[in-house]
Amino acid sequence: MENKSYTKHFILLLILLIILFFINISFGSVSIPFKDIFNSLFNGNVTKESWQTIIVNFRLPKAITAILVGSGLSVCGLLMQTLFRNPLAGPFVLGISSGASLGVAILLLGSSIFGGFLLTTSVSNWSLPIAASLGSFLVLSAVIIAANRVKNTMSILIIGLMFGSFTAAIISVLAYFSEADQIQQYLFWSFGSLGNLSWAELSVFIIIYAIAMLATLTILKPLNSFLLGENYAKSLGINIKKSRNITLLITSVLTGVITAFSGPIAFVGLAVPHIARMLFFSSNHKILLPAVATIGAIVLLICDTIAQLPTSEFTLPINAITSLFGAPIVIWLLVRKKRIFV
Amino acid sequence: MSSSKKHIILKAENLTIGYQQKKTSKVVAENINFEIEKGQLITVLGKNGIGKSTLLRTISKVQKPISGNIFINQKNIEQITEKELSTQLSLVLTERLPESQLTVYELIALGRQPYTNWLDKLSSKDVEKIETAIKQTEIEDLKDNRFYELSDGQLQRVLIARALAQDTEIIILDEPTAHLDLHHTIKIFSLLKKLVETTSKTIILSSHEINLSINFANEIILFTDNTIFTGNLPYLIDNNAFDNLFPKEIVNFNRNLQQFIINKK
Repeated sequence: MENKSYTKHFILLLILLIILFFINISFGSVSIPFKDIFNSLFNGNVTKESWQTIIVNFRLPKAITAILVGSGLSVCGLLMQTLFRNPLAGPFVLGISSGASLGVAILLLGSSIFGGFLLTTSVSNWSLPIAASLGSFLVLSAVIIAANRVKNTMSILIIGLMFGSFTAAIISVLAYFSEADQIQQYLFWSFGSLGNLSWAELSVFIIIYAIAMLATLTILKPLNSFLLGENYAKSLGINIKKSRNITLLITSVLTGVITAFSGPIAFVGLAVPHIARMLFFSSNHKILLPAVATIGAIVLLICDTIAQLPTSEFTLPINAITSLFGAPIVIWLLVRKKRIFV
Repeated sequence: MSSSKKHIILKAENLTIGYQQKKTSKVVAENINFEIEKGQLITVLGKNGIGKSTLLRTISKVQKPISGNIFINQKNIEQITEKELSTQLSLVLTERLPESQLTVYELIALGRQPYTNWLDKLSSKDVEKIETAIKQTEIEDLKDNRFYELSDGQLQRVLIARALAQDTEIIILDEPTAHLDLHHTIKIFSLLKKLVETTSKTIILSSHEINLSINFANEIILFTDNTIFTGNLPYLIDNNAFDNLFPKEIVNFNRNLQQFIINKK
């Protein structure tokens, strides 16, 4: 019935996404004519051999990573906000990203404490995402166990924040006992970066991302019923515990794998669902899920393009850009709208 | 009353309700026994904190009884799965809905979830049930609104429509008139009465609108300090059930008017 007007929204967003994708690939420390970019992507017919390498091995994986990270984090934010029926929820606020950081920190910094065992196995394609997912799952489970006891959503958010600072403290302790180069490795990871992925790593990323995204389709129905609160959802025959656990599992795996590969990226998960709700004026997850994913991808592509400081040799940490530009936009949107929804 | 072929849709047997913690259990009310016939409007009455909501929560399986049994169509609700129950019993709760941008239509459509596929796609039958529910509650002009734009009275009708769309034999409403003025309260009561008469649904509601309740209800479940009475108005009057419900110096039951009267002093 109302789907017609949304189709137009989606077409516009997809066109924007494609344009931004090409703009993102066009910019970088080496300037490459657009014609060559187009050729290298579609027929490999490029003026310079090095341009081909730059585009295929650096810029293309980076742009794809931006899309995966942006859409993934935003979907996580949406799931958390619906699950907790709280517009302030998001992977960051609930300490899930910190959990992922903890996992990575133990992997990268822990070797000095836990000995050579971790060092020898560390940093293969799979170990970072596994460590980060375990970390985020650990913190999320702890938040849920606490959440089951307090019920009050405000308390849950505070508990999430506490877990966040708790894990941050552990990371500090780990860092204190670590070697300088290990700390540096961790620090660079924590700045956030979309650009360091090889095609091998990217394929691991894509597989996990795709599984998690497909899994969200199975909880579409419970998510919508959660909009009425848990008692109504239960009376509609929804298995609350199962749906909640699947939601949490998806969120921790997605946040875990994203944080592992790109570092802890703030703001996107919290803010994009609100932008999507404002643009689409809906809370229905059938509309919101694709909307949030598309807008998330767009937002991160824009942030990454800005981070490259077009025509400059420097790249700013993506984490700084998302907050620097994102936070004021969200504040402005909310002040103007005066009402926030789940 | 005379017919022997009664269809008992809901039955409580030696029911003790309350809250169970790890070791202790706090009994709210005990010795609850009643049989409810299909197609009636039942009100649950009694003062604050006496167990009305606890009873409704227990029969709708939101919380467990401390002891005793509840049967829906002769089947113990212990043995009814949540999925199955969702096609037999629907709820209208007092709790505030989380702030969202759901439209009235979407909200009512959520009532169809027990019947829709895993992607929640509405079939033509689902759409028909939703339209009927909207018509029955007379909210045609509201269906494109967001639910947060509605007044309390309108929202209550929408929530009733959602329960109707769920297409269950039993609808349970916890204080549906709590925030409403007298005019809207009466409108809700007449709507429920009309639904019982036209759809043969069984509607159970708790209320503090005692005068309205005793006039509209077919049967009353009355919580007093000592006993829980179940029956129609004449039965309750004959058993002096109303006499000690409220402190005498403040509110009295007038048998001639069949109304509670406030003592003006």
